Amino acid sequence: MVHKLTGAVTLGAALMLSTSAFAQDKRVVTWNADYDPIPLAAAEALIADFEAANPDIDVQMTNFDHEAYKNAIRNFLTANPPDLANWYAANRMRPFVEAGLFADISDVWEQNGLKDSLSSSVLSSTIDGKQYAIPYTYYQWGIYYNRDAYKAAGVEVPGPEGVTWDQFLANCEKFKAAGIDCVTTGSSALWPVAGIFDYISMRTNGYQFHSDLAAGKISWTSPEVAAVFDNFGKLQPYVTANHAAIDWQDAAALLVQGKAANYVMGNFAVGVFKEGGMTNDNLGFMVFPEITSGIPRAEEAPTDTIHLTSGAKNPEDAKKFLAYMASAEAQSKWNTAVGQLPTNKNATVPADDPFLVAGFEALSTATGGIAQFWDRDADAEYAKVGMEGFQQFLVQPDQREAILARLEQARLRLYPQ
Amino acid sequence: MAEAASTRRRWTQRTVAPWLFLAPGLAMFTVYVLWPIVESVTLSFYDWNGLYDRDGNFTGRFVGMGNYRELMSDPAFTTSLWNNLKWLVLYMLALPAGLFIAIFLNQTVRGIRLYKSLFFFPFVISQVVVGLIFSWFYAPNFGLFYKLIESITGQGVAVLADPDLVTYGIIAAGLWPQIAYVMILYLTGLNNVAPDQIEAARLDGAKGWRMLWYVVLPQLRPATFIAVIVTVIGALRSFDLVSIMTNGGPFGSSRVLSYYMFEMALGEYGFRMGYGAAIAVVLFLIMMVFISGFIWKMWRDERER
Repeated sequence: MVHKLTGAVTLGAALMLSTSAFAQDKRVVTWNADYDPIPLAAAEALIADFEAANPDIDVQMTNFDHEAYKNAIRNFLTANPPDLANWYAANRMRPFVEAGLFADISDVWEQNGLKDSLSSSVLSSTIDGKQYAIPYTYYQWGIYYNRDAYKAAGVEVPGPEGVTWDQFLANCEKFKAAGIDCVTTGSSALWPVAGIFDYISMRTNGYQFHSDLAAGKISWTSPEVAAVFDNFGKLQPYVTANHAAIDWQDAAALLVQGKAANYVMGNFAVGVFKEGGMTNDNLGFMVFPEITSGIPRAEEAPTDTIHLTSGAKNPEDAKKFLAYMASAEAQSKWNTAVGQLPTNKNATVPADDPFLVAGFEALSTATGGIAQFWDRDADAEYAKVGMEGFQQFLVQPDQREAILARLEQARLRLYPQ
Repeated sequence: MAEAASTRRRWTQRTVAPWLFLAPGLAMFTVYVLWPIVESVTLSFYDWNGLYDRDGNFTGRFVGMGNYRELMSDPAFTTSLWNNLKWLVLYMLALPAGLFIAIFLNQTVRGIRLYKSLFFFPFVISQVVVGLIFSWFYAPNFGLFYKLIESITGQGVAVLADPDLVTYGIIAAGLWPQIAYVMILYLTGLNNVAPDQIEAARLDGAKGWRMLWYVVLPQLRPATFIAVIVTVIGALRSFDLVSIMTNGGPFGSSRVLSYYMFEMALGEYGFRMGYGAAIAVVLFLIMMVFISGFIWKMWRDERER
């Protein structure tokens, strides 16, 4: 069972050898990435800038299909490690860190003062007190809403500061009377429901509670969790029926068409809303309503990261590139091109994109903390069981006791007390 | 003396030749079937996340029967097992339906070849396409089926979002090509039905159901046998439709064993190779019950000849 290497990896190795033949005089840094066309172009622009500043280094990127990458990384980290590899922060990188495949880069953090400039992402880049990732981008989650739907139902359009939870539920009642879905989601891929749950959990009991819940430290039968599900249950009747059969893009269409008013989503959905014909005039963004007053507001912002691999052949120059990716300059450039938020607090955000400006504002004032999203904060298997439970609760709220009992059973199995 | 030598040589030729002819097949069978089976069974005793460490060492941990013990108390596994059973039972509907269509099409009218091809069409298109067609058919708000139910009852039913209906919805999608497959098996079978026996039966006054049951069906036994085999195996290895139409959802209610195995071993939240292998072993054992039954029957038929 040892030493299973796939043909694809060998082929990849052969391809990379053939490209490296062109740059013999330079020191090569290899980087495996999983970019779509726009981020890829932005990353290539960064490489060009870096190579101009460091003429003796040649950064060679191998770009993978986004979905294929999730499997490929498991092979190439052992079989043919590049110097740098893209991945995700928090629990998502834990298996690779524990298998010793990602290298400790605490020195890069220390030498470049990153604990200060990347302060919002220190926790999600750290495992057992050491840093293993350079976070270079994230995006906010929140409520995207259709102003036209608000007007059609005769509901006052919320301002940028959002509304209170009671006001939000009262609005939902009015939307229901007008035949509009107050909150839409498409949960056939499960994860969109986790966004709703995360926010209700963080707003009900705060960031630390939510973080402990995701880490399996809190019982699903506790009164705090009961309070979360009480609030979840208040929202349940206003969520699009049949959401379990549709994709998140189908639900985006409902928002665009004005059949739904609000959508708890990540900022990447803005592109889809705009392709559907929405503009900055009728698409709005607000933070999720406060539920328990006085709790410091926490937000969700999944972070994408770059890692130094343990098998890196040129770790010195790779670290130089990592430091560059952590810089305000590189992050401003990449994130402006892609339409996401830089994690470096000194970086700039394009002022003409109201959603990025609002997101940057929401995240930089989130004193409660930044969560990574349920399926990155929780262990993979626990995350899946949880998301199935959230989806089931939104479909069958009467099964609440059975769902919580099943989640508790899973918790006790995965985290023996 | 010379005669004895030549008999011995012929004898060795006779023993060696079959093995020589079998060798390529056996080698393939060993590498691609037997060896993976042994590997899977071994893996099912380990807890392993699919990673090797930097030096290429296997990082799994031996847990003995741990994975199987966990399966016993895993509600998702129970759901998958029940769904597999539903598939198995309901897939058998393909046999009478396919037979009925085959008999219906077994006539000589103008353009019958075209009708036959049209009925065979669903088997020719990919299962992925079948899955997509049916998920649009069932889709809430715009699907044909949803609209139809809505116009009759006033309330549409989103089959793929309903945990009680979803498996039946997927089985219906699977039956569509399966019926076509069984139909073609019976059509070829009907070509071989002896006309003189039909004639004789007709002279004796048999017709309708009795003709079908006592005269036609016994002659179709080989076709029925093949049809049962392909239908049982088709039901047990159902994976593509579940994957295309629901991803096992909503909340895992349409999972089948093969899909659950995939989720656990290779899915985004899985990478529990040992647990996935344990599910695969269970599925393999269930299949072995049927497969050895078929092999035993075939072997018996061979010996009777």
